[in-house]
Amino acid sequence: MPRRIVVPFGPQHPVLPEPIHLDLVLKDEHVEEALPSIGYIHRGLETLVTKREYPEYVYIAERTCGICSFIHGMTYCQAVEKLVDCTVPERALFLRTIWSEYSRLHSHLLWLGLFADALGFENLFMASWRLRESVLDVLEETTGGRVIQGSCKVGGVRKDISGETLERMRKGLDIIERDAGEIADVFLRDDSIVSRTRGIGVLSREDAYALGAVGPTARASGVGIDLRKTGYAAYDKLSFSPVVETAGDCHARCAVRVKELFTSIDLIRQAIAKIPDGPIEEKPKKNPEGDYFARSEQPRGELVHYVKGDGSRHLVRSRIRTPTLTNLPSLVRMLKGCNLADVPVIVLSIDPCIGCAER
Amino acid sequence: MAFFEMAKTAIGTVLRKPATRRYPSVAPKSTPLTRGRVSIDPSRCISCGMCMKKCPSGAICVRKEEKTWSIDRLKCIVCNCCVEVCPVHCLTMDTSYFPCVTEHRAIDVHVITYVKPERPKRPETGEKPGEGTDGSS
Repeated sequence: MPRRIVVPFGPQHPVLPEPIHLDLVLKDEHVEEALPSIGYIHRGLETLVTKREYPEYVYIAERTCGICSFIHGMTYCQAVEKLVDCTVPERALFLRTIWSEYSRLHSHLLWLGLFADALGFENLFMASWRLRESVLDVLEETTGGRVIQGSCKVGGVRKDISGETLERMRKGLDIIERDAGEIADVFLRDDSIVSRTRGIGVLSREDAYALGAVGPTARASGVGIDLRKTGYAAYDKLSFSPVVETAGDCHARCAVRVKELFTSIDLIRQAIAKIPDGPIEEKPKKNPEGDYFARSEQPRGELVHYVKGDGSRHLVRSRIRTPTLTNLPSLVRMLKGCNLADVPVIVLSIDPCIGCAER
Repeated sequence: MAFFEMAKTAIGTVLRKPATRRYPSVAPKSTPLTRGRVSIDPSRCISCGMCMKKCPSGAICVRKEEKTWSIDRLKCIVCNCCVEVCPVHCLTMDTSYFPCVTEHRAIDVHVITYVKPERPKRPETGEKPGEGTDGSS
């Protein structure tokens, strides 16, 4: 007769630097139920919006997350730009697209490294992070910051990229693509990775849709939702198709992210080829008034920034919905019935970012 | 074939130079745009306090009476905001990072040495009310 025991997982755990706590109800080695709890690193960033003027809050919006920082800043700017009736110049939109795709590259490479590390594949972890370093170098060279770029502002962008630098970036992409190809081959075909990930943590298409999964978690289960298709920034001028896998297991989620590396590289190439000349910012003419939801596709999924203004320099309300919080119900479903030894891999497969989920 | 591939990689890795920099002897990598730390030229600061007002983390403190400009390096998020708003461009962004500290006190205090230039005396004698000619503060 198997005994039921409860094993606490986190908030401090060797494979997961993020403070999430899970109570795993076990029957022998099998997880019967997983009860998540968060609330370890709430920082109250949304309240700060009333204490800072709206142009300065961009810096705080960017610091919501340490990985997809640029996209947080950009989405906040998109929302405020609607409130101040400001049309962002074309060139600024293209620059935003380029930086978002570089952010996606570095976020996915970071995740791939951590995933390899969770499987005990140290070598691949190092290889992924070494490649990530070359992406960070480009970000630092063009914006001044490695992970906190700080180059987005309400009405445009702060920094321009010269034609010469764009050309160098285009050439650098070939090297990144070649190195990514090598890593991708290992992630998609290596026996030890496949045996640790295939058929584990399966999320069916119906469940993914019903539980509101977003981003690569949804796309790995066959739900082809990609917010970039809504055409914010300059995505409406670039052609791409979302990467969709159908298996719904950990390997599929890994494969989606691996393949998205190449989509991002392709998008950056297109953006560099199509970028128009012109101004990079437009000054807002009035204070924000009204409310607006801005949505964008983060490396982890759909991000929503809600802002509300009353015509003063300070906004009255800001609300951020991050993809990790939305993916938690799917995670609980995936964990049901898995082995205890697979829990770290499954938890990591949704790419949890509790820092931005709690704000 | 896989074995030769592996042996080639292994030998290459042994013979190659390390991928990382020997940090204290070799300077860390930086670009002209790198945001390292904020530095001030105290001889040009007019104590307007714009940097203090706009700083998102409240790291900068300007005291007009004592003529000091101070920054808490541990609060500063190096966002470049103060450098952008400074009307006289006395703040600049240094590309080297602030070094590590062992105490939780890293407040840099600079004494502002700016002297307001005296306004040239007007040749005509007719003085308008409210327009002071006193240049000292």
